[in-house]
Amino acid sequence: MKELKLMKGNEAIAEAAIRCGVDGYFGYPITPQSEILEHLMLEEPYKKTGMVVLQAESEIASINMVYAGAACGKKVMTTSSSPGISLMQEGLSYIAGAELPCLVVNVVRGGPGLGTIQPSQSDYFQTTKGGGHGDYRLITLAPASVQEMYDFVELGFDLAFKYRNPVMILSDGAIGQVMEKLEVEDYKPRWTDEYIKKSFPWATTGKNPGEDHAIITSLELDSSKQEQVNIRIQKKYKECEANEVRYEMIDCEDAEYIFVAYGTSARICQKAIQLGREKGIKIGLLRPISLWPFPNKILEEMAGKVKGMLSVEMSAGQMVEDILLATKHKTKVDHFGRLGGIIPTPQEVLNALETKIIGG
Amino acid sequence: MTEEIIIAGFGGQGVLSMGKILAYSGIMQNKEVSWMPSYGPEMRGGTSNVTVIISDERISSPILACFDTAIILNQQSLDKFEETVKPGGMLIYDPNGITRHPERKDINIYQIAATDKATEMGMARLFNMMVLGGFLKYKPIIQDEFMEKGLEESLPERHHHLIPDNLKAVKIGAEIIKPYHTL
Amino acid sequence: MKKEDIIKPENLVYRRTPVLTDNVMHYCPGCGHGTAHRIVAEVIEEMGIQEKTIGIAPVGCSVLAYNYFDVDMQEAAHGRAPALATAVKRLKPDFFVFSYQGDGDLAAIGTGETIHACNRGENITMIFINNGIYGMTGGQMAPTTLEAMKTSTSPYGRELSMMGNPLKITELLAQLPGTCYVTRQAVHTPALVRRCKRAIRQAFENQKENKGVSFVEIVSNCNSGWKMTPVAANKWLEENMLPYYPLGDIKVSK
Repeated sequence: MKELKLMKGNEAIAEAAIRCGVDGYFGYPITPQSEILEHLMLEEPYKKTGMVVLQAESEIASINMVYAGAACGKKVMTTSSSPGISLMQEGLSYIAGAELPCLVVNVVRGGPGLGTIQPSQSDYFQTTKGGGHGDYRLITLAPASVQEMYDFVELGFDLAFKYRNPVMILSDGAIGQVMEKLEVEDYKPRWTDEYIKKSFPWATTGKNPGEDHAIITSLELDSSKQEQVNIRIQKKYKECEANEVRYEMIDCEDAEYIFVAYGTSARICQKAIQLGREKGIKIGLLRPISLWPFPNKILEEMAGKVKGMLSVEMSAGQMVEDILLATKHKTKVDHFGRLGGIIPTPQEVLNALETKIIGG
Repeated sequence: MTEEIIIAGFGGQGVLSMGKILAYSGIMQNKEVSWMPSYGPEMRGGTSNVTVIISDERISSPILACFDTAIILNQQSLDKFEETVKPGGMLIYDPNGITRHPERKDINIYQIAATDKATEMGMARLFNMMVLGGFLKYKPIIQDEFMEKGLEESLPERHHHLIPDNLKAVKIGAEIIKPYHTL
Repeated sequence: MKKEDIIKPENLVYRRTPVLTDNVMHYCPGCGHGTAHRIVAEVIEEMGIQEKTIGIAPVGCSVLAYNYFDVDMQEAAHGRAPALATAVKRLKPDFFVFSYQGDGDLAAIGTGETIHACNRGENITMIFINNGIYGMTGGQMAPTTLEAMKTSTSPYGRELSMMGNPLKITELLAQLPGTCYVTRQAVHTPALVRRCKRAIRQAFENQKENKGVSFVEIVSNCNSGWKMTPVAANKWLEENMLPYYPLGDIKVSK
């Protein structure tokens, strides 16, 4: 049974966690995402579904609690905002190294340092290129609405368990704070311990008599063995690149110019497209939903058809580097962004297209 | 139909909750809605504003730079948002505490003395609902029955006994709003 | 006399517990880790909880503890074992959960996780090996290094005004309402091994009653790091470590 609600993006994350049968949430308050932990505590899911909710002493503790929960084969998650996510990088690297599934949400605010509590998209590099040490990737989903904040929790866990790899929902302060209409689903039961034991033989679910004990570790002191681990992980990432690219195209059929934008920027661009089309400029939007794996193929294809692309990001120009790699100089590509927590207006975005791409 | 609204005033004036009731009522009427607050230190006692969009279609940007309607509840907000009303658009303001009145000639401006009226009637907490009633008189995008449902959804159950008073305040608002400058 | 005539149950005076694997331990000869591992494993065997126990290994000399305990094991990042143990116990409350950490791991980089797991009263057993030195990285100063003790990063001896004081974290944790059993033990003599094993048994038994954290410090040696023979290291331990870190129960809640 579906139900309609009016909810903030942050609340939608919490609601989705409860309803899709998450086993544990471990987090630490930080603006602009504290509503997630607040909503969870208010809803008391430990009474509804048996879900564990714990306010940890730090982001470092949170991500390590997630590591341990994931190691038990449980659906566990944490959420934070940029400075807190920086603290979690060591843990994320260990989780990727130990090949554990989990979900992490970053409701991005502007940096560097303490920066601002206002929305930003300046953590793109950190998220899509790894973030912590070692060769690893985070499967990265970028929601552009409250509904997607909700939907990507379950999708995120599906991908995390399919690939045994951490998944990041890369959101921002604006999507976290905005309230929109949200369709929620009925509560799903959590996985039983029997199901987990049967489905995930790698997990620490208690040693079976006569069988080897389970070990969760990212340590391998023998380099020849460690290289095999790295090769196996990279093979998994290739599979992920082949199967998990997600994107949305809006008004692209007749478009001469393309905005490439994700999250809040993609919403601004939709309004800018309306303003542009009123003036007779045929603009479309290519919205990457998975930032890693990145939609390279469609971007290259579109590059052969249009007169130019503008990457619109609330950063100094991060995703634009991936667009340049994908489009192989087949079309003109430039970047427009506002920094420091400023959200560009639709008019500004249209002006940038006109000066940097059309007139430039 | 798409109506893009900014509501701005002091924290504690019920700016955010007015927007929330409007958005909830929109959902009840099967519209697409978005509610985007300013957040941060502003939340704690200073100025507060929220962008509300009600539409028949999928909403593009929840963050906007210009609006069909500005509902203004203090001087700082008037100074900041008067210029953001689209030409031909609407500005509603409560003259309480206002020393510099709006000056635009290309928009419709209405005054609603809701602070005074609400205080006089001993309904100070329902001041924001009066303002909402004034807005709906000129932009009847929400029907009464859906407003009632919107209140039911957005208020916690322990406050449901206050719904009749809320609806009364909406009615009074529609009665006391008056044109200040119209096209 | 044939071999079979000797290997009979009635002749058995010592048997390796099946809760330890067949892997050869990498610890230096004379190190206390091997003994500590054995008595933890024996307690798990005697309580019949091998299939219901999850252990957390640290970073430090005992980083490979997961290869020796034949129970399901997780390897933690440096200092984070109490956070891992917290999550495992909360998500699997019918399991026995223990963490095993050294002094650098538990009392320096992981102090925050240690204090907060204890303060929340997580229903876990924490084993803390205190040998006053960073063994694995080659003998650097630890938070528990004694005054004037020489290490590779205090080559002229620990100078308190410059390097701070040796940390009695166990006494500190005993102050927290979340700990139910806090004790300091040692394993360098047979009598102390037996006493320590009783303490570890108690620390695991407490989990059955959801009493909060049971914390067992084991004052141990590091003959390699201390640059002594095992016999000299044990003597040095008695003469120097035990006066500052006295053995015995510090807190026993009813």
